[in-house]
Parts: sequence; structure tokens; C-alpha cells
Amino acid sequence: MWAFINKLRSPKWFYGISARLQPWFWAAALILIVTGTIWGLAFAPADYQQGNSFRIIYVHVPAAFLAQSIFVSLAVTGLVFMVWKIKIADMAATVMAPLGAAMTFVALFSGAVWGVPTWGTWWMWDARLTSMLILLFLYLGVIALRGAFASRDSASRAASVLAMVGVINIPIIKYSVDWWYTLHQPATFTVTGRAAMPMEMWLPLLIMVLGFYSFFIALTLMRTRSEILRRESNKRWVRELAEEAN
Amino acid sequence: MSATDGALTKEIRVAGEEPRGGLAVAVWATLKRDLMLLLRRRSEVLNPLVFFAIVITLFPIGISPDPALLAAIAPGLLWVAALLAALLSLDSLFRADYDDGSLEQLLLTPQPLALLALAKVAVHWLLTGLPLALMAPVLGLMLALPAGSYVVLAVSLALGSASLSLIGAIGAALTVGLSRGGVLLSLLVLPLYIPVLIFGAGAVQAAIFGDGVLAHLAILGALLALALIFAPLAIAASLRISING
Repeated sequence: MWAFINKLRSPKWFYGISARLQPWFWAAALILIVTGTIWGLAFAPADYQQGNSFRIIYVHVPAAFLAQSIFVSLAVTGLVFMVWKIKIADMAATVMAPLGAAMTFVALFSGAVWGVPTWGTWWMWDARLTSMLILLFLYLGVIALRGAFASRDSASRAASVLAMVGVINIPIIKYSVDWWYTLHQPATFTVTGRAAMPMEMWLPLLIMVLGFYSFFIALTLMRTRSEILRRESNKRWVRELAEEAN
Repeated sequence: MSATDGALTKEIRVAGEEPRGGLAVAVWATLKRDLMLLLRRRSEVLNPLVFFAIVITLFPIGISPDPALLAAIAPGLLWVAALLAALLSLDSLFRADYDDGSLEQLLLTPQPLALLALAKVAVHWLLTGLPLALMAPVLGLMLALPAGSYVVLAVSLALGSASLSLIGAIGAALTVGLSRGGVLLSLLVLPLYIPVLIFGAGAVQAAIFGDGVLAHLAILGALLALALIFAPLAIAASLRISING
């Protein structure tokens, strides 16, 4: 266990292992997303109430899952960085934050587009949409704070603290927004029973969710590798790597 | 045997104790110093209150002077305006201490920084949150806030602004080392303010409609309890980062 943690401290080791892992995740992401898209868009049955417009779910739900998971990952990597000073954790957090913000935006945008055929409007102050919007603001705060510091070490630690504060607040925000929504607005529309979704609709969704996660891992590995090269560019092993490439 | 044991532990405890009081003295000194400093810079105490009054004046001008319409939106307006006033005062919470180096002295003391920071936040609430809460009923009167909700408005603001000060102090501590931290501070802190706003404004709404006011106030109290436990630790960690950056 300790040997493993000590290995994680070495960016060089991570650079090597991620090179071997990366193709597998890219392949999984490609296969799953292509399968899920074709199955979801062409073969899954249309919803009896929403017709074909429900198919937005195959982008909306995976993006929303990732949006929330990535914020939790930011907090976990932040904690790992603050406690064990593992630099890889912070490099991963640096590259994950913009992806998380992008996924939150995708979830919001697809939700808005979905709102047009179902609610008849681009935006509703629906509890889920509102929590997602707040999550987007939290992401933007973490990214902006990291960019505001001149010293990289301070930026990393400040962003870690903010991510941890944010992750404690996310459940509180979520429940208070739910409470607020039930108090202020009658339920004009509820997405027809998500748990009662038939198997042939639900399976492509599961495949898409898994595909999005594989994509997230693959992209994070790839971008962490570039971040390693950037931050360690004055180390000997990186220079040797560059000479080999030339 | 036991008598000598007792004497021994007592001796050790005396030797291990800090000279002259320790923690209580340090917290008390911080409280007294911050209170005195803020009372001498009166404009810093008055500015959020004036801001609160001006913002509330803008709404009837911008929307409509119709009392019925204003009464419907008054709880939310009062809460949002008070929240923004509290936010504006945050930037100066650690700024002067950072500039003149007394924040570094605070870090060097043997007492836990979290508790000293808590003392500073308490002074901030006493001179910003509490006056805002006391002033809100007057402005509520001008917005034709329905009778029976004035006490709830003041109590919810007093309770809620304590949480706002604690959460906001984390953002203030994170941005105190940055030369242009003002807008960033609001970007960091406002999303975290939303639960307090929901239950604060909700308490006033509940008072108007005759619902369970106590439930809202209880949740505001619970949020404050949570903030009291976690925020000082985050503030202390953030101050350390800002001093080193």
C-alpha cells in the first residue's frame, strides 16, 4: 500500500503507467459511445408521451452524472494533494476542472433544449436545473481562483480548499433548492418515471453513462500527461524524452 | 503513593501550561482589538448599511411603487439586498491586517488560528450582520411588508448573516493576498450563500402566510451550527495559503 502511494508521488512513474492505460480507455469510450448513440437514437422505442424528444436523455443524463462526479473528484484530489502533497493529484485536478465545467454546461444546455418540446420554454426554474446552474458557478469559482494566484503552489492549495468547501455544500445546496422548489412552484411537469423506464430504453442509457466515464478517464489521463510534461519540463527525464523524440 | 502521583501530575501540568491564560486571553484580545479598530473606522461600519438602504430604494423606482406588488416581493428583496451588503463588507475583513502584517503575527501565535479567526468573524457579524438585521424592519416598512413578519425578518437576518459572515470569511481569506480579489470573492462566495438565502427569505414568507416559521429558523440555526464547526478550519487553512502566496 505505502509502496503504491510512494510510486504515485513520482510523475515519471505515472507518465509511464498512464501511457499503457490510456488506449484502453479511449477504445472503451469510442465503442461504448458509438454503440450507445446508435442504439439510443435509432433502436430504442420512442417515449409514449414525449415521442422522440426524450432521446436527449442519452446526452443529458451522462453529462449530468459526470458534472457531479468530477466535482467530487476535484475535492478528493484536493484532499490527497493537501494531506500527502502528491503533485499528480493536483495536476489531475487542474485538468479536470474545465472538463467538469464543460459537462455541467452540456447538461444545462441539453436540459434547456429538452425543455422546448416538453415544457414549451427554454428555461424553467426547475430544482434540478437550478442546482446544476449553481454547480456551474462553483466550477467557475474554482477555475477562476486557480488562475488568480501568481504562485502555482498557492493556487493549487487554494483551489483544493475551495473544492472541499464546495463539495460539503453541494448536498446542502441540492436539498435546499429542492425545498425551495416545492415551496414556490407547483410541479408543472415530471419526467415520466425514471425508475420505471423499460429495459430497451435503459440499457443504451447505461452504455452511454459508462462511455462518458471512460471518455472522462481517458481525457484526464491524456491531459494530466501533458500537464506533467509542462510542469516537469526542467527535469532530466523529460528532457531526455524530448531528445529521444527528436 | 497516590498523593505523590497527584503532586507530580499537577506539577507537570503547571509546567506545561502557557504563561498567563493562553487561549482565552488571546481570543479576548483579538475581539477587543478588532472591535476598537472597526469602531474607529466608522465609515466601514456605516457603508454597508447605507448600501442596503440605497439598493432597497432602487427597487420601487425600477419596478413599481405599487404597495401590493412590493409587498409580494419584499421578503426576497430585503434578503438579497442585505446579503449583498454583507458581501461588500467582506473584502475588508482581513485586508488591513494583511497589509500591515498583523495577520502574520496572528499566524505566529501559539494559539489555534481557527479560534482567533472565529473571533474576527464574530466582530464582523456584530458590526455588519446585526446592524443590517436591526435596520431591515425599517426598510421593510417602506416596502409595505405585511404586518406580523417584522420580528421574523430581523431574527432570520441576524441568524442567517452569522452564517454568511462565516462562509464569506473563507472566500475573504482565500482572496486577501490577491490585488484585485473583489469580484472573484463574490464569484466564490455567492453560490455558497444560496441555502441561507432560501431559508432566510423562506422564513419571512412563512411568517406572511402563517406557515411554520420555526422550521425555517431551525434550519437556519442548523446551517449556522455547521458553519461554526467547519468554517473556522477552512478560514485558518486559507489564511495560511494567502500568507505564503
